[in-house]
Amino acid sequence: MKEYNLVIVGVGGQGILTLSSIVAEAALAEGYDVKTSEIHGLSQRYGHVPCHVRFGSRMYSPLVREGEANLIVCLEVLEALRACYYGSKENKTTFLIDTFKVPPLSVSITKQKYPSIKKIVSEVKKFSTKVLTVNASEMVEKETGSTVMTNTYIVGYASAKKLIPLKKKSLLEGIKKVVPEEYFDINKRIFELASA
Amino acid sequence: MPKEILSNDVGKRIILLGNEAIVRGALESGVQFASTYPGTPASEIGDTFAGIAKEGGIYFEYSTNEKVASEAAAGAALSGIKSIVSFKQYGLNVASDSVMPLAYIGTNAGMVIAVADDPSCWSSGQSEQDSRYYARLAHLPMLEPSDPQECKDFVKIAFELSEKFMLPVFVRLTTRVSHTRGIVKLGKIIKSEKKGKFVKDFEKYFNLPPRIIERHEELLDKIERVGEFSEKTGINYVVNKNSKTKFGIVVSGVSFNYVMEAFDELKLKIPVLKLGLTYPLPEKMIKNFIKRFKSVLVVEELEPILEEKIHALAKEANPKLKIFGRELLPKAGEYTIETILTAISKITGKKPNINFKAHLEKYKKLKIPERQPLFCPGCPHRATFYATKVAAGKDTIFGGDIGCYLLGIYPPFETQDFVFDMGASEGLVHGIKKVSNQKVIAFIGDSTFFHAGIPGLINIVYNKSNPLVIVMDNRTTAMTGHQPHPGTGVTGMGEKAKEIAIEDVAKACGVEDVKVVDPFNLNEMVETIREFLQKDKVSVIVAKRECHLLATRRKRKEGVKIPVFEIDQEKCKKCGICLYRFACPAIVEENGKFKIDKSICWGCGVCAQMCPAKAIHGVKE
Repeated sequence: MKEYNLVIVGVGGQGILTLSSIVAEAALAEGYDVKTSEIHGLSQRYGHVPCHVRFGSRMYSPLVREGEANLIVCLEVLEALRACYYGSKENKTTFLIDTFKVPPLSVSITKQKYPSIKKIVSEVKKFSTKVLTVNASEMVEKETGSTVMTNTYIVGYASAKKLIPLKKKSLLEGIKKVVPEEYFDINKRIFELASA
Repeated sequence: MPKEILSNDVGKRIILLGNEAIVRGALESGVQFASTYPGTPASEIGDTFAGIAKEGGIYFEYSTNEKVASEAAAGAALSGIKSIVSFKQYGLNVASDSVMPLAYIGTNAGMVIAVADDPSCWSSGQSEQDSRYYARLAHLPMLEPSDPQECKDFVKIAFELSEKFMLPVFVRLTTRVSHTRGIVKLGKIIKSEKKGKFVKDFEKYFNLPPRIIERHEELLDKIERVGEFSEKTGINYVVNKNSKTKFGIVVSGVSFNYVMEAFDELKLKIPVLKLGLTYPLPEKMIKNFIKRFKSVLVVEELEPILEEKIHALAKEANPKLKIFGRELLPKAGEYTIETILTAISKITGKKPNINFKAHLEKYKKLKIPERQPLFCPGCPHRATFYATKVAAGKDTIFGGDIGCYLLGIYPPFETQDFVFDMGASEGLVHGIKKVSNQKVIAFIGDSTFFHAGIPGLINIVYNKSNPLVIVMDNRTTAMTGHQPHPGTGVTGMGEKAKEIAIEDVAKACGVEDVKVVDPFNLNEMVETIREFLQKDKVSVIVAKRECHLLATRRKRKEGVKIPVFEIDQEKCKKCGICLYRFACPAIVEENGKFKIDKSICWGCGVCAQMCPAKAIHGVKE
């Protein structure tokens, strides 16, 4: 495979960096070259956090460019709109959106409207060839009492739907490498739950 | 931090963050001393050292500021111990005071200064400073890695170069290098048990005139010799050497990757001079490279340092050469593959597979509500700022400083009327006070207070002005990732140390009215601010309450239950103060009703104190 471009977006604190590391480790396990780009610092506090993961035979740039993403994972619905920059019909981008909402302060205070999920999906369609929505956070909260492992669920879901060209085994290996040892079993269970 | 960073499995390929690879490079060079003051995008260098120092058998410290960190690293290097110091771009401004004379004196062991710039200001505000100028200002060599593997390799080369010429050597990073993960092939870690010794040497350390003039000449001579090294080193090299095009590219730093991607996309093979050692430049190599072309594109983020140099070199080597740079690439902000593709496409006439302009037009049509960063639920800073707004008049000037609390710049607080640099809140409000009759409050963080706040406070006392200084003491260096500082009683080695109380320091500086107030006690905070604003001398409030992220982590570990609050819909008068003036992400408005999202409420209870209808209360289990 020449290259695969993944963009993960969400709100600071949603485990975006963990998700990107899981995919990166899985790609390394399958012998690919891999680069990721992360945002640390100020914007982490409830800000918009974009993270890029690229793998393939030889990767130079850590950044996915405009319209080049194969898959865009959105851990928050509104952020799917912002991520449209990376999607295009030309490159057959797929969007995988968790229907979880974190209303930004601009919505709560200045009364800008948080668009409906239907509206967001219809806009996102203009920048992609496939849009999948899943209420991952809800499922994970129901299962574990918190939304912390939503990122693992999303990886499991993407793997089951064959959205990421990496083996299930490698992704689980990635999880093993990235999450603290004592949480591996529960993460594995959430991963499997998403694949069911 | 990856578990394998200390692995001695030579040849193994592991994924490291650029900043982690800097640490690995230092370990493979036999470093024994590391120091820093945290600052993103460089923070993870120090944090990685903190994570491995004990096991790795080296010494690491979070110094009180970057100047002290550099001096400590210099002290180690003068005593014959290899050292590394790291900080962000503004950190180098602070450290420059000690770096300049150190360049003249030189070291007695390898010393590397890792500095991380932040084009596009992803992790910082203030300015897009280009630290490459410092290499020229100090006459110290500078290396610029473009990815994590090079981060590791270049630190090793920097140590070798440093030992060879006994000069500190800069390794300059940018956000997209520091915060890129990539595959790094491990080398051997060199552990050293060497004990340092400072040897008196009048000849070496005497730095007064007229000797210092000779020393300047010696330094310039050294740099000339490093220039010869620059011509031969493998980290300055040409890609696509045999391509016969009349157009070439000169590039340094992360942009090299974008250039290579652009070739892939445009199916081009153009010669590229990739520069890894960018000061002193390999002038002969550059002249040799540019002489065969009709045009070259110079690709470097921020200031046109290479471009100007190439203009000068071309006068001799190829006077007719057309040099593209600034005119085709952005003057401010980081480069992206899009900007590079567009520039190369303009010169070569080849088109990328997507029309960026049309795509961008389409994207810009989307209506996306902004998402600005926010104080976390339970953040003590939010409570302090709320109290300030209640207590201080509309005309009060709020001096801002560097830390999480600078988020007070946004509505609804707007309690950072200006934000300059570390410690500047005090210096500036003093000046304002001296020339105006305005009421002023300086906000400064705990770590910032130790970093640069003490001289400012003494200046206020000694030169007699009467601002109120509020130290936002959240018991950690929060913004950069919760590093300890002298007020926390823990060192970078994870050892206990004397906890230095900010209130004691303030008193020792001569401030008479000093009070420690818990920000979660809203009434006391409001009353104290009101009272202190009337003082005719400087006064200090230490707003002391642990960062909620740390507190929560600790409480979870200890198994302490975190209380959760809710809004009684029958009592709620829907005034909206809790949402519009307090702006807690846990409070949401749904169909005209105000609710608390229990999944993110951290139970600070401040909203319950401010609610005029007394409608907010703890949830009884």
